[in-house]
Amino acid sequence: MKEIVVISGKGGTGKTSITASFAFLSGKDMVAADCDVDAADMHLLMKPDFAHSEPFYSGVIAEIDKETCIHCGKCAEVCRFDAISIINGEYYADPISCEGCGYCSRICPPKAITMQEQNVGDWYRSSTKAGNTMIHARLGIGAENSGKLVAKVKNEAKAEAKQEGKELVLVDGSPGIGCPVVSSLSGADLVVLVTEPTLSGLHDIKRVYELVHKFKIPAACIINKADVNPEITEQIKDFLEQEKIEHIADFPYDENFTRSMTMGQTIVEYEDAGDLKDKLQASWLKVQELVATS
Amino acid sequence: MKIAIASGKGGTGKTTLSTNLAQYLAERKRQILPSDHVILTDLDVEEPNSGLFIQGELRHQEDRHKMIPSWDKSKCSLCGICQQVCNFNAVIKLGDQIMVFPELCHSCYACSELCPDNALPMVPEKMGVLRQTEAEKFTFVESKLDIGQEQAVPLISQTIDYVETHFPENSSNMKLYDSPPGTSCPVIEAVKDVDFIILVTEATPFGLHDLTLAVDTMRKLAKPCGVVINRYGIGNAGVESYCRDEGIDILARIPNDRRAAELYSRGKLMYKEIPEIAEALEQITQYLEAEYTGKKGTEALKGKPAETARKTSSSKTEHRGGTE
Amino acid sequence: MKIAFTAKGTAWESAVDPRFGRTDYILVFDEESGEMSSVDNRDIADTAHGAGPQTAKKLFDLNPDVLITGNGPGGNAEAVLKKAALKMYAGAGAMTVKEAYEAYKNGELKEF
Repeated sequence: MKEIVVISGKGGTGKTSITASFAFLSGKDMVAADCDVDAADMHLLMKPDFAHSEPFYSGVIAEIDKETCIHCGKCAEVCRFDAISIINGEYYADPISCEGCGYCSRICPPKAITMQEQNVGDWYRSSTKAGNTMIHARLGIGAENSGKLVAKVKNEAKAEAKQEGKELVLVDGSPGIGCPVVSSLSGADLVVLVTEPTLSGLHDIKRVYELVHKFKIPAACIINKADVNPEITEQIKDFLEQEKIEHIADFPYDENFTRSMTMGQTIVEYEDAGDLKDKLQASWLKVQELVATS
Repeated sequence: MKIAIASGKGGTGKTTLSTNLAQYLAERKRQILPSDHVILTDLDVEEPNSGLFIQGELRHQEDRHKMIPSWDKSKCSLCGICQQVCNFNAVIKLGDQIMVFPELCHSCYACSELCPDNALPMVPEKMGVLRQTEAEKFTFVESKLDIGQEQAVPLISQTIDYVETHFPENSSNMKLYDSPPGTSCPVIEAVKDVDFIILVTEATPFGLHDLTLAVDTMRKLAKPCGVVINRYGIGNAGVESYCRDEGIDILARIPNDRRAAELYSRGKLMYKEIPEIAEALEQITQYLEAEYTGKKGTEALKGKPAETARKTSSSKTEHRGGTE
Repeated sequence: MKIAFTAKGTAWESAVDPRFGRTDYILVFDEESGEMSSVDNRDIADTAHGAGPQTAKKLFDLNPDVLITGNGPGGNAEAVLKKAALKMYAGAGAMTVKEAYEAYKNGELKEF
């Protein structure tokens, strides 16, 4: 069983649209995992049925028991996040401002403060319109993605692949370079980098590649909207050559990207996508080739 | 008056609107809204880019720090309490040494203040840079997080403190806060103290989906908000229906226009060359005027203000860092 | 020498866990005594951030001479492991613990 992770360093490069197209082309042969939970949009194209859901717990927040509270105010004194206030004469920890550091809880003299695990969202196991299973998640307000959630989504996807006898897990990875990305990348057999020829696109792909390189995971790259800035596209190509990253394809800027999205379709389903469709299909074949030899 | 410009997702045109609106308000100098002085602040500290549209004179620049614990070996008794009290795995005791992971640290001060030996004093670590620029007609403040820094919230919080200190709430100052995209902690930090939030979206399924998340967030914060539909004309009517069903006002519809994209790619302001955009800005301004004078019953649930119990002692720093 | 492995189970036939920070188990093989011991690391799944250094600390406390793993540790975990003064070998992600040990003995694994 092989794992392909698609990342982009920064959002807006077309990563999710491309990943969804690959998922659609792959059809029943794989399990998809949407680990880009802060901006979880893959489901808008895959049309999952949310068949099975489970709550996800991460982090803690302070809860003050007003029966035990002696109103000494020590909690408010130590709180660096302005999370404790008095409402109707009772001390109250605001769940939105509370960072879950636990300091107040540790120093409360009558032990009136407990740290409660937070249900920050849910994760789902769905069947998609492409005929495959997708593991995805939805976070509540103010909740952030984390290495824990990414690991959960990936683990469930791998378990599902094992159970269904599927050879491939396709992951829509997290942006940035922190814990969620480390978690997205570890265990991958192939990384597909999706970038665009802008200064921030180039900068971010270099940053995230440092991590990929460290993990010694083979990498390949798609340059999206390549014709928007041929100069920077060249710079990206130089970088790819230098680092021996397989250059899969250049996609031209194409409004069909947005049009298909508006219709709720992946590009490869969209009738008028023509040239772009062919490029995506060719890219997917190339990706499959690369992962087979990884 | 404090207005945040936010969006559920990046790429909807939030920054375009903020920069054009700032200039528009500064030039119009309306009687009703405070606008003797317009201050635009870019709070997308991971990737601030509204500065691309703004030419001006750099008035002030300063490094910004977050406080992190620093191990003083000479005082440490290796009791390991620091590791025990850190809820973020940012402090580890390894044999005879203490390791601190700054990017995991939330600056809660627990390890430092609970250390029986005073062996973990909090020290400032540079996390980014704040810059204040005087554009022709308004003041522009932006902060940028250093590479490698993962937490946006402390820098956002400090930037807001800076602006509110230098440009306090009065009848002259109009503050626009260009907030980061999305709905997680950085956005909440950016918008939690403003008077009104303009949500920018586009009329596509992705735009609608992310708008619903943004509206849920604003409701939880009990903030009045309204919507601006950008690139109006492409996409579908989903956003309009949603706003209608939810009783959310649409402040303006900015038409899809290729000229706008071209001007954007050259870093130019748009409303002088595209009258439809000037019209939209006028609509937004009039809506804000009504909001300011209390004439409009906007979609909002005003929460009860809570009395803050924190005793502000002079030895406690501005929260989340700065210098002691 | 004591050889540590990141693993998905506690037996020689278990697969090496390609991940470091969130590995299911840490196995330690004492070449002298011939004994294999294991540490259950699965509660690391509850850690939202900073899993790497937590697992690395466990390695530090176990004090092996060598660590064999799949992809290798992330940045923070690596900083901790450096303090543990052990030799790290990566690339064993697709092997069983037994295969990984043999590959290591044959000099087939690359140092991280």
